[in-house]
Amino acid sequence: MSEKQNRAKAYWKENLKYLLVLLTIWFLVSYGAGILFKDFLNEIRLGGFRLGFWFAQQGSIYVFVVLIFVYVRLMNKLDKKYGYDVDQENVTTK
Amino acid sequence: MSVQVWTYILVGLTFALYIGIAIWSKASSTKDFYVAGGGVSPLANGMATAADWMSAASFISMAGIIAFAGYDGAVYLMGWTGGYVLLALLLAPYLRKFGKFTVPDFIGDRYYSKTARSVAVFCALLVSFTYVAGQMRGVGIVFSRFLEVDINTGVMIGMIIVLFYAVLGGMKGITYTQVAQYCVLIFAFMVPAIFISIQMTGNPIPQLGFGDTVVDGSGTYLLDKLDGLSTELGFAAYTDGSKSILDVFAITLALMVGTAGLPHVIVRFFTVKKVKDARKSAGYALLLIAILYTTAPAVAVFAKTNLIESVHNKNYEELPAWFKNWEDTELIGWIDKNKDGKVQYANGHAVEGNKNKPVFDGENRGEQGERVITNINNATTNELFVDRDIMVLANPEIANLPNWVIALVAAGGLAAALSTAAGLLLVISSSVSHDLIKKMIKPSISEKGELVAARISAVAAVCVAGYFGINPPGFVAAVVALAFGLAAASFFPAIVLGIFYKRMNKEGAVAGMIIGIVSMLLYMIKYKLGWFDDTLPPSDEWWFGISPEGFGAVAMIINFIVSLVVCHLTSPPPKEVQDIVEDIRIPNNAGKGVEDH
Repeated sequence: MSEKQNRAKAYWKENLKYLLVLLTIWFLVSYGAGILFKDFLNEIRLGGFRLGFWFAQQGSIYVFVVLIFVYVRLMNKLDKKYGYDVDQENVTTK
Repeated sequence: MSVQVWTYILVGLTFALYIGIAIWSKASSTKDFYVAGGGVSPLANGMATAADWMSAASFISMAGIIAFAGYDGAVYLMGWTGGYVLLALLLAPYLRKFGKFTVPDFIGDRYYSKTARSVAVFCALLVSFTYVAGQMRGVGIVFSRFLEVDINTGVMIGMIIVLFYAVLGGMKGITYTQVAQYCVLIFAFMVPAIFISIQMTGNPIPQLGFGDTVVDGSGTYLLDKLDGLSTELGFAAYTDGSKSILDVFAITLALMVGTAGLPHVIVRFFTVKKVKDARKSAGYALLLIAILYTTAPAVAVFAKTNLIESVHNKNYEELPAWFKNWEDTELIGWIDKNKDGKVQYANGHAVEGNKNKPVFDGENRGEQGERVITNINNATTNELFVDRDIMVLANPEIANLPNWVIALVAAGGLAAALSTAAGLLLVISSSVSHDLIKKMIKPSISEKGELVAARISAVAAVCVAGYFGINPPGFVAAVVALAFGLAAASFFPAIVLGIFYKRMNKEGAVAGMIIGIVSMLLYMIKYKLGWFDDTLPPSDEWWFGISPEGFGAVAMIINFIVSLVVCHLTSPPPKEVQDIVEDIRIPNNAGKGVEDH
């Protein structure tokens, strides 16, 4: 296998690892905190909010936004690490 | 100035703006028409996606739905935002790298088959048409309520405006008008919300306000107060909800996956320059959507509390003016069941038949001056009918806000409905001109010819959508919410497997898409439309207690299983296709490998 293919493979593997972690969080805040464990979390209060209710109608949405921006950051770093951040056009005109 | 004058001014100004943008951004190539030339900045694309996404339903109805559903409203809040995480992480960057014009383009190339492409075109048209008819109706309703024109005239005006910028500008025109529409709609949604939050809790941020204490100095939290009021009137506590956990789970999943599978959302990510921009613009889109989606549940709580407090156990003649104004538009109704002259609000439907909406007896007035309703439901003690849309539409009046704020809500509602309709119409026209004509019927067509075909199909699509807006078939309203189930059951598995599973072949994908969408359609026809039986089967016959809205999640799982099983019984895809998959997984083909230096 060529060096190029190995690099693509390693890049993909790291990407999948990030996806697994981020999607686990995605699942836990929405389906976990907002739905399955809602009644349990509702015992805890955050000001006027019951925590389960807050996750279902507010918290999970905030976490979703943060997750995407974390992913953007992680991937920009990963692209750089593997040299995929350079524009194709720039390279071909070299 | 009166509300009417303000409305004409604001709606007129925003429409002039949209048309101006359309003229400025005229499309001159098919690339312009389908994907806005592929050079939209991530922020602009995020704004356009947000406006495209937030329809008349998000703007006008969602807060009201939540106000009456309490906790259960979370299925929409999480469902319609969480899908963007899936989009950003699993779909958008790879589809951008693939770099074609439409979703059927991807399905057709990845699964090297015309059958796969045709199935995808069929699914895209089915999903988009069910969705767009509701939008055109929404345009008509907003016009009729605020400008006092007939609903059908409203639909016609909406058609002409959309026609103008969708046909002229294609995706390019739509994108830049959507940027303007986002600004209009978010401003229109936030201004009343902030005013009301200050009035009720003293907190200017609605997201925090509804978890704050009420301003009467008692130190009671607003949510506790609403929970108390709700149980007092015989409802479930507001923060508890009444749907089963499994159904809430299924509906949320179906909406999330459906969001990620909707063609008019996916196609937006073809318009940015680079893979990196696709990820970033998904982030901006969700951030901008989240502003409205985190405010809506706050508006729901404010409006519900306000409504109960200002109406329940009050004498009809002492009710505030807005009550009578909206009674005139038939969105509120009152029947004095116990003849005490006071409004009693309780659990259960106040009226029966006619989809639980009141039938007014012309202009006839009762003893207290209320409008007479003929379909009284005597089985409940509830005397009040409230249309859920009122929670947003009447909010500025309930809170005594200035006239220009009321007019702003009208402009915002129109922006939301028009932007979504335009996005959907573009998907429909490109499915016809690009996927059907260029790729299947007449591949020899010239670029110029294809552009003409795209414009003609856009005109045709607007006319069909307008027709359904004026003559809504009974099932449209019932089916709009299910467009998500259809998208979840068809596209999502095929696209995700196409990217993440190299071994996935055409037999598996086609079988999965067909069986997925057919099972969703059958469940929908049986349990939502009731066409298989004489009467609609009751909810206790639902499989595992899952509602038709949530069945998209089950159909999606069926699709995944069928795809994988069939795929392993048939031969792997050819080498070129596996190369495509490897290629879309990396953001570009360059790199600082040894050979490049």
